[in-house]
Amino acid sequence: MDLVVEVKDLRKVYKMGEVEVEALCGATLTIQRGEVVAIMGPSGSGKSTMMNILGCLDRPTSGDYILDGQSVATLNDDQLAAIRNHKVGFVFQSFNLLSRQTALSNVELPLRYAGQMSNRRQRAREALEAVGLGDRITHRPTELSGGQQQRVAIARAIVNDPAIVMADEPTGNLDSKVGREIIALLLNLNKQRGTTLIIVTHDAAIGQQAQRIIHIRDGMVEDLNGDRK
Amino acid sequence: MNLLQLLLEALESLNSNKMRSGLTVLGIVIGVAAVIAMMAVGNGAQASILGSINGVGTNLLFVFSGARNNAAVKNPRPITMTDANAMMDLYAAPDIKAVAPVLQGNAIADFGGNTKTTTVIGVTPDYYPVRNISLLDGEFINQSNQLGRASVAVIGVDVADALFNRRDGLVGETIRIANSPFRIVGVLTPAGGSSFGSQDNEVLVPITTAQARLITRPTPDAVDTVYVEATDFSTVGAASDEISQILRTRHRTQVGLDDFTVFTQQSILSTVQNVTGVLTIFLGGIAAISLLVGGIGIMNIMLVSVTERTREIGLRKALGARKRDILIQFLVESSLLSLIGGIIGILFGWLIAFVVGRIATATGNNFTPVVGMDAILLATLFSAAVGLFFGIYPANRAAGLEPVEALRYE
Repeated sequence: MDLVVEVKDLRKVYKMGEVEVEALCGATLTIQRGEVVAIMGPSGSGKSTMMNILGCLDRPTSGDYILDGQSVATLNDDQLAAIRNHKVGFVFQSFNLLSRQTALSNVELPLRYAGQMSNRRQRAREALEAVGLGDRITHRPTELSGGQQQRVAIARAIVNDPAIVMADEPTGNLDSKVGREIIALLLNLNKQRGTTLIIVTHDAAIGQQAQRIIHIRDGMVEDLNGDRK
Repeated sequence: MNLLQLLLEALESLNSNKMRSGLTVLGIVIGVAAVIAMMAVGNGAQASILGSINGVGTNLLFVFSGARNNAAVKNPRPITMTDANAMMDLYAAPDIKAVAPVLQGNAIADFGGNTKTTTVIGVTPDYYPVRNISLLDGEFINQSNQLGRASVAVIGVDVADALFNRRDGLVGETIRIANSPFRIVGVLTPAGGSSFGSQDNEVLVPITTAQARLITRPTPDAVDTVYVEATDFSTVGAASDEISQILRTRHRTQVGLDDFTVFTQQSILSTVQNVTGVLTIFLGGIAAISLLVGGIGIMNIMLVSVTERTREIGLRKALGARKRDILIQFLVESSLLSLIGGIIGILFGWLIAFVVGRIATATGNNFTPVVGMDAILLATLFSAAVGLFFGIYPANRAAGLEPVEALRYE
């Protein structure tokens, strides 16, 4: 079994003044390389916290997290930044593109932070072609439709060949037809490139298309499709 | 990220809010322009004053009777013609080239009903080379005038204008000074105003004539000032020592209680240099305050910009930007603001200095503002430092944002 995500007994405690809130209390899960996983759960279940930690945007209070063979639970800020850069691709609900820059520059951004000097243009263009926007590379986000903007964001997520792509409500700001196209694109990329895909969603229809749904409730993981962990 | 890319991105970001960037830059422009212009005017004033002092001659020494700021000197003796002649001793004073004692007073000159209050100066023929006199017309007082106590005079152009309303053809005319007739032998070239009063409103007569008829002193042989010309610029110090030595011996002064003062052109020069230097720094300092205000403007705008772009910062961090990357990004932006302001400010300050110079020339003042390399360098460095210094806090704030918080920011 080739595990790309291995989380054991993860805890995250937030301090809000005097009160301590436990957002995650001992969550454990594994995801295999190339898998498509949907993370679902009601608001306040700890779903967002789980996503932030899986995406290395945040550190757990305690517990182990091994991403692509590397333990990341105790890394410092700069090390985490490097991990995010190399191993994680993000797709956000609100696209989060830099409006002043062209689609190509937006897609190039992770490569720039990676310190990659050569063939940056080439790789960014290939990523845009992979999401079907090869003819829109010089457009700015304001000149693109919502669906196209999300495609640019997806190209940006895959340009560095990450170990996992985290999509946080990727269809939340799109109408249902375009939303279906975006999900189809993500699944297609997973099939072609073998990129592990983690989708955080409320939408049961999207959940149905995943190979596995991870339910989070009260800071714990309920794995309904597989064994209970 | 390479530097070019950083600069391009920063330019793009500043360009996206032209009005705001423009106004921020304006603050720096005004500050830098003020520094450049003020320092140029200060340097120009210094150069102009020093120039007029240099025109008098830098080998020149002045000897006055009386001590400066020393009340302990009892029975000071005046400096006399004999003292002045003693300074011409080739053995006691090898570094002295010429000596010109003068006697000075005010008198009324009149001609045909026109009168003019003027400064009468009794001079020796050596006054001519020592003070670098040049004549518009006629000739200077000569040795036989001096020996014969002749009633001859060399007049300044102000006096000529007031009495005759013309400047040429005056040699041979007779004017009255303090009711005695004097024949004009020469007219001085107009010198313009100097720091020592106008040299154009003077009448020069032989010192012997002045002693006998125009200016009386308690000691008949006394003179007011002795102008001494040293052999060279570099021997002024030695000449000063020699004069002191001669006068101490002749006046039998107590040790440390000189009853005379030797003043060199160089000491005046350094005094003036000090004063104008302080003036320049003072002006520059005031201008620097406006540069500081401009810097605070940068900080303000950068703080607003950081808040506005919190989500962008969060995104960049999510994509792998390290603290350092964000810090540099914002520092480049703030430095660019101040650098652009600095460059425009230098040009603008230059223009102001140029206009001030033109106005001064047009109003007849011989005064050219000098935009020195030092001022440009100072303003550039200072404005860049302002950009960096006032950019550090906002940039640090941006770099320190937590990615999760920043992404959630609305």
